[in-house]
Amino acid sequence: MDYITLIQLLDSTVRFATPLLLACLAGLFSERAGIFDIGLEGKMLAAAFFTAAVAYLTGSAWVGLLGGIAASLVLAAIHGVASITFRGNQLISGVAINLLAAGMTVLVAQDWFRQGGRTPGLTGNARFEGITLPGADAIADVPVIGPLYAELISGHSVLVYIAFLAVPLTWWVLFRTRFGLRLRAVGENPAAVDTAGVSVVGLRYAAVLICGVLCGIAGAYLSTALQAGFVKDMSAGRGFIALAALIFAKWRPWYALWATLLFGLFGALETRPDVITALIGLKVPGPLLGGLPYVMTVIILAGFVGKAVPPRAGGAPYVKER
Amino acid sequence: MDVMPKWAEVILVPLISLILAAIISALVIIAIGEDPIAATKLMVEGAVGSVRGWGYTLYYATNFIFTGLAVAVAFHARLFNIGGEGQAMLGGLGVALALLFIPWPHWTIGLLAASLGAAIFGAAWAFIPAYLQAKRGSHIVITTIMFNFIASALLIYLLNEFLKPVGQADPSSARFAPHLDLPTLNSVLGSMGFRASKDDSVNVTFLIALVSASAVWVLMWRTRLGYEIRAFGHSESAAKYAGINPVRITVITMLISGALAGLMGVNTVMGEAEKLLLNSTEGAGFIGIAVALMGRSHPLGVVIAAILFGFLYQGGAELALWTSIPRELIVVIQALVILFTGALDNMVRMPLERLFLARRLRRAPGPDRKPAE
Repeated sequence: MDYITLIQLLDSTVRFATPLLLACLAGLFSERAGIFDIGLEGKMLAAAFFTAAVAYLTGSAWVGLLGGIAASLVLAAIHGVASITFRGNQLISGVAINLLAAGMTVLVAQDWFRQGGRTPGLTGNARFEGITLPGADAIADVPVIGPLYAELISGHSVLVYIAFLAVPLTWWVLFRTRFGLRLRAVGENPAAVDTAGVSVVGLRYAAVLICGVLCGIAGAYLSTALQAGFVKDMSAGRGFIALAALIFAKWRPWYALWATLLFGLFGALETRPDVITALIGLKVPGPLLGGLPYVMTVIILAGFVGKAVPPRAGGAPYVKER
Repeated sequence: MDVMPKWAEVILVPLISLILAAIISALVIIAIGEDPIAATKLMVEGAVGSVRGWGYTLYYATNFIFTGLAVAVAFHARLFNIGGEGQAMLGGLGVALALLFIPWPHWTIGLLAASLGAAIFGAAWAFIPAYLQAKRGSHIVITTIMFNFIASALLIYLLNEFLKPVGQADPSSARFAPHLDLPTLNSVLGSMGFRASKDDSVNVTFLIALVSASAVWVLMWRTRLGYEIRAFGHSESAAKYAGINPVRITVITMLISGALAGLMGVNTVMGEAEKLLLNSTEGAGFIGIAVALMGRSHPLGVVIAAILFGFLYQGGAELALWTSIPRELIVVIQALVILFTGALDNMVRMPLERLFLARRLRRAPGPDRKPAE
């Protein structure tokens, strides 16, 4: 494999990893606060549609992004009401949200655009185009560093840079702020947080809504940067891969970055079977590569390679003793 | 002591949840500029207005009885089997392997072999998550989700590499022998004088589904194993104290659950498509969750809920045919049913409990009655 192929492969790794990373961090906030969220997929899908739809109608990707985040927040709020206020089953709520998004996006898309459940193609300002970082064109011809900077680091949409900046930000919020300390505590021992006079309900809602915002950006990336418009079921299981990455990352932000990059690499390799054949001299069928993240997650979950310990109070509604 | 009488618990709470889901569904239909009453009429007509409509309604219901029973059995042990989709996919594979490679002389024997293959493959696919949950503590919900995706990847791989006939483009297996085609119930009705059009709708698998539902009832309420499963689901620690082995119960429950989900493959693969397709499950694994929730995990409730969902599916198909409302309306309704009967259960239950408590206190003003708060 030559250098340019490697750069291209890593470039598409970044593209595949970005929505996973955003959704993974979204799940991180929610689950660290003790709210399991298997509805990442649905929130991403809803955001992907509403971003594309609003961007098409207003001609602005940024306004579209706000629309997408709003849609994701509505679903996050439903999850919050069901699992925090009414102490319902968080897993069932997540399943409902995934289905709601899968059905609603097509229903609304058909009603608004009459194109069989898709939005019209987006062009110009309605898309998040790649940004050329300063000096990228100037050093593009410099050997080694030139392609690395111009192809791999420069030229992505603004949402990619937001996603990567979200990693240190998440780390800082969770481990260096009072809010983060309390948020982690509420996922481990909500009774202790309650005793300290801090609102368990308030913290959990905050976490669920942050999760909504991040899923919103992830969905927006799918329909306005990765592709130019919304198509039915375009999240294609990414929410679940993000969930897998979250387990892989043991609920930590930096690990989340590496896990999603790894899964992004699998995605990139799936589109370039020739590279694998050249590397290991064996033809690996695409579907098996696509299934690999899930298999790896099961192995991790089984504790054969490192143990993933979820937040202790995760999945259980908090009931104040009466 | 329970606050609510049993009839309220079993009928009133789900009914109110359903009405709420129906109201919101109606609002959704109004929002997309259609008339909910006309839409309902069309759905009723299309789903139960003719022998053909009934045929398809019961065809879909057959799928949902299997997946609903699968989720329900697991619920009794407080296990959330979200992997019905993958187990049904593997069940379909079991059916295809049983029918493609052994020349069965008659469809009855073929049906037996196919059912066995479906149940074994479905159970095997549920076994690994069950074992990992019981022995290694990995969360069954996450592992079964992962196994859904692994099943789908596996099926794409097997269909493309091994089962696809040479020279065929789309990923599906060869057709089964024509004499293995399952007879539809409509054709039976036809010979009894009912006017039934020839179609690929409800077949004898529906009867297997009803037998399975009865078997689950017997298992759960009339056998020692069923008692152990329910005891385990009620309180794991108490069950352990009573000498019930949690690993054994978890694994056995999931094997039964997986086998039931797998059996769905008989209906879709042998009964309908007559070959293994890529997406023969069409989300029925997830509908099983809604069906089990609505049916309160009781076999009779599951059968009724499955027929209701079959009605929704067939009605939705008619709706998509005659109006501009896409089929996905059904997915929305399904989501709302899961949301209201499952996740927002307490939203309905809490005010009702308060109501019943107030009524009881009014009727029997005991000494411990507190003044109005």
